[in-house]
Amino acid sequence: MKIVFAAMAAVFILCIVVICAFIFARSVPAIGEIGLFEFLFSTEWTPNNTPASYGIGTMIVGTCFVTAGALVIGVPIGLLMAAFMARYCPAPLYKVMKPMTNILAGIPSIVYGYFGMMVVAPIIRDNFGGTGYSILTASIVLGIMILPTVISVSESALRALPGTYYEGALALGATHERAVFMTEFPAARSGILTSVVLGLGRVVGETMAVVMIVGNSTALPDSLLDGVRTMTSHIVLELGYATDLHRGALIATAAVLFVFILFINLLIAAIRGKGRAK
Amino acid sequence: MINNDLKQIGYTRGDKVFPKFRVKDLDLFYGNFQALKSVDMDMEANEITALIGPSGCGKSTFLKTLNRMNDIVPGCRVSGSVLLDGTDVYGGMDVNLLRKRVGMVFQKPNPFPSSVYDNIAYGPKTHGVRKKSELDDIVESSLRQAAIWDELKDRLKKSALGLSGGQQQRLCIARALAVRPDVLLMDEPTSALDPISTGKIEELAQELKKEYTIVIVTHNMQQAARISDKTGFFLLGELIEFGATDEVFDSPRDKRTEDYITGRFG
Ligand SMILES: Nc1ncnc2c1ncn2[C@@H]1O[C@H](COP(=O)(O)OP(=O)(O)O)[C@@H](O)[C@H]1O
Ligand SMILES: [Mg+2]
Repeated sequence: MKIVFAAMAAVFILCIVVICAFIFARSVPAIGEIGLFEFLFSTEWTPNNTPASYGIGTMIVGTCFVTAGALVIGVPIGLLMAAFMARYCPAPLYKVMKPMTNILAGIPSIVYGYFGMMVVAPIIRDNFGGTGYSILTASIVLGIMILPTVISVSESALRALPGTYYEGALALGATHERAVFMTEFPAARSGILTSVVLGLGRVVGETMAVVMIVGNSTALPDSLLDGVRTMTSHIVLELGYATDLHRGALIATAAVLFVFILFINLLIAAIRGKGRAK
Repeated sequence: MINNDLKQIGYTRGDKVFPKFRVKDLDLFYGNFQALKSVDMDMEANEITALIGPSGCGKSTFLKTLNRMNDIVPGCRVSGSVLLDGTDVYGGMDVNLLRKRVGMVFQKPNPFPSSVYDNIAYGPKTHGVRKKSELDDIVESSLRQAAIWDELKDRLKKSALGLSGGQQQRLCIARALAVRPDVLLMDEPTSALDPISTGKIEELAQELKKEYTIVIVTHNMQQAARISDKTGFFLLGELIEFGATDEVFDSPRDKRTEDYITGRFG
């Protein structure tokens, strides 16, 4: 049995090493040729021009906007829902709500994308103008997508607290609201922060739903109603036909994305570590 | 507000003089289980009332009826009356204001996982104190009252969870005092502490009774004998005997009390 476990662990580690090696082996030469600064900060992406220009600044900006937007929409709703589920919801209602959040978590992202195209985009177009395929649309849809993560992780963080904090607050004359939001929330902060960062990771890496609704323009956006490209949608849109340096630049985009995700994971580890140290 | 003279002799309403707490004919049920049976007890201001009895006899339950912490237990029903300065706490009183007047310290120290300062400031902030200077004053005076200012004055910004058990418990006492209560309820406050910390808390209770009404649950009869003015002995939800501490210990009226304090059961 020991050997089986060791073998599986070896395969697992090998996979990670191969993925990293593949991405960085392909992207380092490309970045070398384009120039790191040019690649990261130029907003010119014109692979068909001569000379071609490969700057993914716009896509990085796009990813940041969509991510921020999704968090602004998803986090407050998710945290309120978590408080509701853990501390307000009557038991019969909870029996309905809990499976619903699980279902929400299991919906394939293409369905979210379809929902965004068919429902959210037209509403945005009709009410605010533009094409409807925009930062705002993507933020709303991704904000909904991260709800299950934010809700369930924060909810379990609240449920894991000992009852003594709540009792202590009540015994000082605090209302239920104050005890939950001003005592239990800070007490559960590391779990709650983790839920937010997990949501963040999900948004940064999300591809299918985004590419369907984000507009995919390579120009810098002027407003939330403009379309942008995120790094993920950028890769998936062009990788099918790209060759040579164009292809290398796309793989290098994946490397940048990989670094983003790595950073987010480090953040989670740091939060967990700090939570334990307390 | 009650002036100090009245506090000494009890609170007058109309022509009646009330003790700080007057409990009349109190029954309490957890679902179908009766945890308190027709309890009558008066608790005087500026006295320490100790509640003793074997575990499971209803001491904590009784204590929690005084600040209505039983309200959060599902299926808990109370009948009878609990008069605080002559007003029934179960008669439509604002429960949060009640708990401001009747503070509580728990068996296991339960500081919030935040700084010493924020622990103390929590209560006053709850009741509307916003000004930094005012909060600073309250934090200092509460910690002084709990005789822990000198130990903590340089660690106000440090996490309260880093303190020793005894310090945490005195911090919790300071936290309760910070909302300026009339009454302090303590549920076996020293059961998780070493003898030195226990001694400090007992000393503190003696000091605090000059300004507060104190009701303390203890499983430790020496402790009750050492620090309390009145003692009540509970058994299976009934208050078997209640009176001046020396009388209860030296010449108990009930055989069961005698058996308990001489260690024949419990
Ligand atoms: N939340 C509750 N639900 C049901 N029964 C309870 C609850 N709390 C206490 N009891 C019961 O009430 C009785 C008195 O408990 P308690 O007041 O905690 O005793 P003590 O503090 O004297 O040890 C015990 O039999 C206990 O099992
Ligand atoms: Mg008890």
